[in-house]
Amino acid sequence: MASANGYLREKIRWRALELVFWPATLLPFVVTPDYLSLASQIAITALFALSLDLILGYAGIVSLGHAAYFGTGAYTAGLLAKHYWSEPLAGLLVAGVAAGLVGYATSHIIVRFRHLALIMLTLGIGLLLAEAANSASWLTGGADGLQGIRMSPLLDFKFDLYGKTAYAYSLAVLFLCFLLARRVIHSPFGLALRGIRENAARMPAIGAPSRAHLRKAYTIAAVMAGIAGALLTHTTSTVSLETLSFERSADVLVILILGGAGRLYGGIVGAIIYMVARDQFSGMNPQYWYFWIGLLLITVVMLLPNGILGGLGALYKKSQ
Amino acid sequence: MIRTLVVAAALALAFSAHAQKTVKIGVILPYSGQFADGAKQLDDAIKLYVKQHGDTVAGKKLEFVRKDTGGIAPAVAKRLAQELVVRDKVDILAGFLLTPNAMAAGDVSAEAKKFMVVMNAATSIITTKSPYMARTSLTTPQLNESLGTWAVKKAGIKSIYTMVSDYGPGHDAEQAFTAAFKVAGGTVFGSVRFPTANPDFAAFVQRAKDQNPEALYVWVPGGAQPAALGKALAERGIDARKTKVLGQLELADESARKAMGDVAIGIITAAHYDPNHDSKLNHEYVKAYNELAGRNPNFFATGGYDGMHLIYAALKKTKGKTDGASLIAAAKGMKWESPRGPVSIDPETRDIIQTVYIQRVEKVGGELKNVEIDKIPNVKDPVKEKMQK
Repeated sequence: MASANGYLREKIRWRALELVFWPATLLPFVVTPDYLSLASQIAITALFALSLDLILGYAGIVSLGHAAYFGTGAYTAGLLAKHYWSEPLAGLLVAGVAAGLVGYATSHIIVRFRHLALIMLTLGIGLLLAEAANSASWLTGGADGLQGIRMSPLLDFKFDLYGKTAYAYSLAVLFLCFLLARRVIHSPFGLALRGIRENAARMPAIGAPSRAHLRKAYTIAAVMAGIAGALLTHTTSTVSLETLSFERSADVLVILILGGAGRLYGGIVGAIIYMVARDQFSGMNPQYWYFWIGLLLITVVMLLPNGILGGLGALYKKSQ
Repeated sequence: MIRTLVVAAALALAFSAHAQKTVKIGVILPYSGQFADGAKQLDDAIKLYVKQHGDTVAGKKLEFVRKDTGGIAPAVAKRLAQELVVRDKVDILAGFLLTPNAMAAGDVSAEAKKFMVVMNAATSIITTKSPYMARTSLTTPQLNESLGTWAVKKAGIKSIYTMVSDYGPGHDAEQAFTAAFKVAGGTVFGSVRFPTANPDFAAFVQRAKDQNPEALYVWVPGGAQPAALGKALAERGIDARKTKVLGQLELADESARKAMGDVAIGIITAAHYDPNHDSKLNHEYVKAYNELAGRNPNFFATGGYDGMHLIYAALKKTKGKTDGASLIAAAKGMKWESPRGPVSIDPETRDIIQTVYIQRVEKVGGELKNVEIDKIPNVKDPVKEKMQK
């Protein structure tokens, strides 16, 4: 197993836990059929967190403006459905492409900077897009949100009140994107990304084109974020400025750190725990529930600095 | 064993009997985040109404489920509305401070055929989203078109300079005011839009002053901005007692007046409710609200209070039937005396018909108050009125 090929092949093997996890994502249909709308929004957030993980966890690009691509996808899907084409699957593709184009364009700036400068840059890009959408109210509906979106059924399945179609749709797209991310991470390209994360100066010295790799990764992440945004539009028939907001960028960062960055399942686990906690806490006390969220975050970060998955991984290693 | 079964069966029976005797109301508001204060005022009014009128209507006990959207988040509002309907099995959806959230939940009301009462959100088209929706607050054009017409016909203003925040609600207000002002024969000789977040008003006010306007029309979101604007007016030497300053009620509501101080004197606003309104019902309402919440009720509160009245009155009229069709039929044309004056629900549009008060800030007994100087009775939402024609 000394060869690089062997290493990658070993990495890409499906683990037993994974084979348990994915079938378990179907359980909400049977066990909690009243919670499918929430489950659908968790799947969408998980996909968004997964896309952030590709650049933050694997390529070391810290972003506080990832909602820019989520929102681009959401608005593209919304505008397309409102004016031209209300069938969701094509909308998903177009939204992914649109977000990817914006991602590719901005990646040229992003790859030139690291660390603090990156945080400021991504924050700036996010704010720019949000403000642009706000002032272009003739196109986006501004602060009132984009109105008049009517989605056609998805392959004959209407988007229902219970959220059955919404969850099935979001889950299927999440799974496909996850497969793609998994393949990317465990490829030589994925290894190169981790190399850049660990030592950006050294990678070009051994002949890896750092900036080209980072641009590629950033664009892939933007496409995925755009698809997540489009999913939200399709499953709720609404788009608002909130999809581009700083809060959304910050939330997804918190979710990823909570779950464990640099691990494929980090975003998914983070999204499940964060959103279920939010739902439960805010149900118990609609006014002051942020207190409990804060407490949860502090506890997790203090006890498990590498996120929940990082902590569990360390425990598992100790027990071996 | 048998005894346990019997007890269980009895409990189940009691529970189902109980279930039939309750009416569940789902309240969706931004309880946390930057709009939390408005949500609190509105929610306190809901609590006050229930406290005053008991929690049993037409033989059924009311049960409230409160949900937080955390701000402008239509996707969340829609999910919460869905969950309230399918999981909590609510009969009525209520609350809604913010337009995007109300619009998103409107879809659920239409699809699930649930009665929905919008207690604040003010964009005109919201009520077209669901045939089971009624509104007890206001629409932005209702106030601003009335003010535009009044400015020309009653105040004799011939030309005006407009200044509004550069986003949806500001555009709506500007459009409504300007349209009515022009129709009445006035001219708008200049206009400017402020950036929405943390604007520096000084430069804009100076530009307006250089034009030496006869009157100014101003719209900024409620909260910290009216005070900042008032300060800029004073610094640049625009005195609201000489140059008329017109606006919507947020410009001179209690918190704005407190922050502005004497600079506020002379500002004229169009309002559908002010705690200073002189009626026996309103005095009692203000007193009771103060006892519960420790402050004066504002328009958020009154939208909630009247929303609860509409729910109670509709339930009485349907004798406790809770399906959307019966409740909205009962709500249409409903008339009542509110703390703000006589109001009714337009049977055509399900929107509120009410008196628009024109008020001016004056010092009364050492305190800054809004004093009614004119009123325009039975104002419908002008936008939907035009749509029907």
